[in-house]
Amino acid sequence: MSEQNKGGKSQLNKVPFGTRVRPYLIVAPSLIITIGIMVPFVMAIWYSLTNYSFKLPTHKFVGLKNWVDMLTSTDFWNALKVSLMYGVISTAIEMLLGLGVAILLNNLNNKLSRVLRVLLVFPLMVAPVTATIVWQLMLNSSVGIVEKLFNIFGVYNFPWAASPKTALLTVIMIDVWINTAFIILLVLAGLQSLPKSPFESAKIDGGNAWFNFVNLTLPMLKPSLYIALLFRLMAALQEYAVIFALTKGGPGDTLMSLSLTAYQKGFKFQKFGAAIPFILVLWLVINVAAKRIVKLQRNAQKQAAGLED
Amino acid sequence: MKKAVAMLLAGLMVASSLTVTVPAAEEEFDWKKFDGEEITVLFSEHTYADAVEAKLDEFTEKTGIKVNYSSMPEGNYFEKLNVELSSHSGSIDVFMTGAYQSWEYATAGNLEPLENFIDTDLTSPEWKYDDFIPAVINALKWDLVPGHPVGEGSQWALPMGWEVNILTYNKRVLEEKGLPVPETAEQLLEDAKALQEFNGTGSYGLAVRGLPDWGTIHPAYMSLYSTWGAKDFEIEDGKLVSKVNSPEAVAMTEYWVDLVKNGGAPQWATYGWEMCGADLGAGKAAMMWDADRGGYTQNVEGASAEAGNFAFGMVPYPESAGKTADDMRSNLWVWSMAMNADSAKKDAAWYFMQYFTSPEFMLWSGTEAACTDTPRTSVLESEEYKNSVASAEGYYEAFSKVSENASIFFTAQPYFTETTTEWAKTLQKLVTTDEYASVQDAMDELKEVMDEMVSDLEVE
Repeated sequence: MSEQNKGGKSQLNKVPFGTRVRPYLIVAPSLIITIGIMVPFVMAIWYSLTNYSFKLPTHKFVGLKNWVDMLTSTDFWNALKVSLMYGVISTAIEMLLGLGVAILLNNLNNKLSRVLRVLLVFPLMVAPVTATIVWQLMLNSSVGIVEKLFNIFGVYNFPWAASPKTALLTVIMIDVWINTAFIILLVLAGLQSLPKSPFESAKIDGGNAWFNFVNLTLPMLKPSLYIALLFRLMAALQEYAVIFALTKGGPGDTLMSLSLTAYQKGFKFQKFGAAIPFILVLWLVINVAAKRIVKLQRNAQKQAAGLED
Repeated sequence: MKKAVAMLLAGLMVASSLTVTVPAAEEEFDWKKFDGEEITVLFSEHTYADAVEAKLDEFTEKTGIKVNYSSMPEGNYFEKLNVELSSHSGSIDVFMTGAYQSWEYATAGNLEPLENFIDTDLTSPEWKYDDFIPAVINALKWDLVPGHPVGEGSQWALPMGWEVNILTYNKRVLEEKGLPVPETAEQLLEDAKALQEFNGTGSYGLAVRGLPDWGTIHPAYMSLYSTWGAKDFEIEDGKLVSKVNSPEAVAMTEYWVDLVKNGGAPQWATYGWEMCGADLGAGKAAMMWDADRGGYTQNVEGASAEAGNFAFGMVPYPESAGKTADDMRSNLWVWSMAMNADSAKKDAAWYFMQYFTSPEFMLWSGTEAACTDTPRTSVLESEEYKNSVASAEGYYEAFSKVSENASIFFTAQPYFTETTTEWAKTLQKLVTTDEYASVQDAMDELKEVMDEMVSDLEVE
């Protein structure tokens, strides 16, 4: 082949500049956002290795001291336990309640169900702190309406958030009141997007309601349920507002979750170096849980689409 | 003719004396020196802040200084302030603080020492530093050495109002139940126990704070703790050493746990000052031991269901511990205003501070804006002030009497928030759990935690 031909081929093969940079331009916004997300994250890791404090004019590298201090303190293990218990229990109750109410609402199509769909969303429109203050008044042993209700059944001065035995129950109850509507909305949307033909076939074959639920509704609804689970569990593990507004983490350390402990150490005691490891552990817990749920959601989606057994 | 000349001379003398004294000095002071400047002020929502806000326009009219004013609820105020101050941006020029918090801010270099302005030509002769009640103004002075008492060193803030912690009681309820007004700690315990459920389910004898933070320790608890003769820290071998497990401290805390368990609110562990005041006003609590103004504001006509029924006692002293009325101690809280060391407009900020701590402003706020805890002697002794608080039975007497022995009984040190938070958590555990075999065990453990917290402080 002559040199001229070689040159002509290379000219033909030359990719225009615009085409070459296009993939980078497409990725650029995502890259910038990723950098924006990663910078504070990397800074947080760095600060966790320092004695950074509002009380000190400068900060210095202290190695793994903050991490060792955290892992050897009872505060940390208590906070981890509180966060996990709060996250798992509140999300489980909300998922069960949300699924149940959504199925009932989906099976009804009258004026009442339409009104209920509007009313059930109300708690989502209230700031969690405001909702907590309202509940605090409702649970008050002297003026609270719940106390009056309990009195009918012979129960007096129920301690609610004031006792370590019932404090977790109380904050979970408020969380359920606020967030169950979120699950209802997501599950309702999932139920309404299900194809009708499998249900019609099952009806012809004489399948009862339970058979339909277990073999049709649940498998096809699983992707939506996993999405709801993902969002609620992530938020519940990070919960701060309800606990802080109701008890500030008390009585004692009963409700000192990872978020509250980090807040207390960082903003009240002004020791950010010591506070950040708590937040990083929380991130790790959420990350592990989220990855697992996303994997389950993908599998469920494939199953629902008939791509996998 | 002689008579006319004499009258003329007399007239001239009177006129000249008028021009030489106060008004002339005031006229000479240049309030417009910083005309056109703009400062930023951050306050916690409070009666004292409301009084300042009401007079901002008058301040701007007099000085030409524009004020960017904002306030936020007390619950998160200090956290917000911590972030602003630590940024060293000078975004806030003047802010509200308390004496305890000023120890932390001054140590971190966030506060401007005010002696740089007091007694300079930037201060109006009418302002009168010496008119502040000594215990109150001294509470805001400190030499930055942990363990050293307040009252020496730089002036870190100026008082807006101060609070002593005394008993407020519902005289109607006590009369109906035939109970004496408690003067001793023992009587208080008996009354509080007898008053449980006095007004149906959930009603109780004594409202005191119980949240897990410093706010639970500093009012009634610290007042009785000091009256009992206990101390939080002492200096030993150049170090601060916690004394919360001393015999006096343990005896007092045993009493306190009994009082809260058997005479306090069923949901005590969730109670801040707002809930205490609300229960007292609603007739759900028969007594409250907290800041004097908490009871005072509930007693103002129309402010609460029980308004008009409240009277004011003193600090109940423990007779069983050999104490008398002379041993009464009330821990002080001083709402104050301080200047950011990073402010770029310190002179204009000082004009703001002196205007809103002046005798003239404080007479107005003390008599017309519900700021009854005046830090100025001239206001406290004025007839206008006495008349304005006359309707609150026993208030003036209690405030005046308790003020004699009121002080800050905490040891000044920069880890105040940490140590008192841990202290409050221990109290919560003692009241709400069986975690400790005894109060002594709990206080021994607390002492170790507090010693560790302050271990890096060098006293000398």
